Amino acid sequence: MKLLFAAVSVLLLSSSCTSTELRGTGDLGLVIERAAGRVMLIETTGRSALARIEGLGDLSHASAVFSRDGRYAYVFGRDGGLTKVDMLRARIERRVIQSGNAIGGAISQDGRIVAAANYTPGGIRLFDARTLEPLAEVLTGAKVVGIGDAPGNRFVFSLFETGEIWVVDASDPKHPSTQRILDVGKQPYDGFVTPDGRHYIAGLYGEDGLALVDLWNPQAGARRILGGYGRGEEPLPVFKMPHLRGWASAGRYLFLPAIGRHEVLVLDRVTWTEAARIAVHGQPVFAVAQPGGRRVWVNFAFPNNDVVQVIDTAAMEIVKQLRPGRAVLHLEFTPRGEQAWISSRDDDVVVVYDTASFAETARLAAAKPSGIFLASRAAMTGF
Amino acid sequence: MLRFALFLALSAAAALASAQAPAPARKAELIDLVRQDCGSCHGLTLKGGLGPSLEPAALADKDAEALGFVILHGRRGTPMPPWREHLSEAEARWIVEQLQKGLPE
Repeated sequence: MKLLFAAVSVLLLSSSCTSTELRGTGDLGLVIERAAGRVMLIETTGRSALARIEGLGDLSHASAVFSRDGRYAYVFGRDGGLTKVDMLRARIERRVIQSGNAIGGAISQDGRIVAAANYTPGGIRLFDARTLEPLAEVLTGAKVVGIGDAPGNRFVFSLFETGEIWVVDASDPKHPSTQRILDVGKQPYDGFVTPDGRHYIAGLYGEDGLALVDLWNPQAGARRILGGYGRGEEPLPVFKMPHLRGWASAGRYLFLPAIGRHEVLVLDRVTWTEAARIAVHGQPVFAVAQPGGRRVWVNFAFPNNDVVQVIDTAAMEIVKQLRPGRAVLHLEFTPRGEQAWISSRDDDVVVVYDTASFAETARLAAAKPSGIFLASRAAMTGF
Repeated sequence: MLRFALFLALSAAAALASAQAPAPARKAELIDLVRQDCGSCHGLTLKGGLGPSLEPAALADKDAEALGFVILHGRRGTPMPPWREHLSEAEARWIVEQLQKGLPE
């Protein structure tokens, strides 16, 4: 009897969370539980897990973008799976295997096209965001990295082996047109679109520097910035590639992970020159600005990955060091910045911090959590 | 003299230890490291990503010693980093063996 009662209350709970009560999605998000092929549906008002959604395949290096109404998440898995998740019903709406080996994706400005970026075969594929029907494919002959969306229903990405940046205009989604920018630098490993949608910046692995494209004028090509930031010193080993998509933009400055150096580079967005560099605990992976821009939170590659450091962007110095758990893989802020959600893979936990006091306010069990993606990304260019 | 003898004895012990397979607890750590940390470039399932596939079929015709060397010293011109500060030669050799026959769960 007790068991029956428990079962009934679970049913009521799950139905009230997912279908009977009206609710918005502004405080919802997904946490990738990468080894379990599953996502955890979270809400940031009560800081809790609402549901688990299973069956998403190989989720190593998985990422998500959101429909413009904030209801659906499109999850890109390493195995080429593209899964459309209904966050209100907490279930998979549609799922396709779109390639052999994928790296991420983006959604168009108008929300009608989802672009998946692939390693094998190298290229991007465009899908109808509603049905996941394939629309077009742009083959590149090289691994696609750092895809982002830009105004004008464009997708911008870099090619690792060939050192190019491509700007694909998908306004006519079945017949996309491509502008190729050659010789941007050696081995771009990731890239991002600035929050205003104006610029695309690619980080280079094969040389010290970054490549900058003005998306108002892409025919002018790419400009090399922060060239020689390593000052000819032997780079330190990089046990995990930095990610630029969590760009940190604070006022006129962008905070970017250096590669092969235990430093965060500060780039002046007006002059596109180095404004400062801040010594940090290890090889930075993500440097993410807390909304408002006053602080930048940084996590690190193996073997220094149990620490998160917080930089004060006015003082340009570290003001706090946190230890959320072992192997911190990702961090995400609520849209107004009062909470930071941090995943610790090896402690199987997601820790929530109050960003004003740095107090831990919640701790959610999760199986090998990696990326944390809040639905508020739906309204952000480049996400 | 005593110090020198001690040094010899310690070196011999170290050489012996490095020739042996890792202890069971360390094996589990190594498997986790390969899956999770190597997996960030080679894929959790080791089918490849930014780095090439590490599945048995992809490694079958590769020289085990050369693979061990790449693990320890990295590969210039690629993002493959040197792991020598975190892995011993014996551990690298053991990892190659596991990868060539298929990494245990």
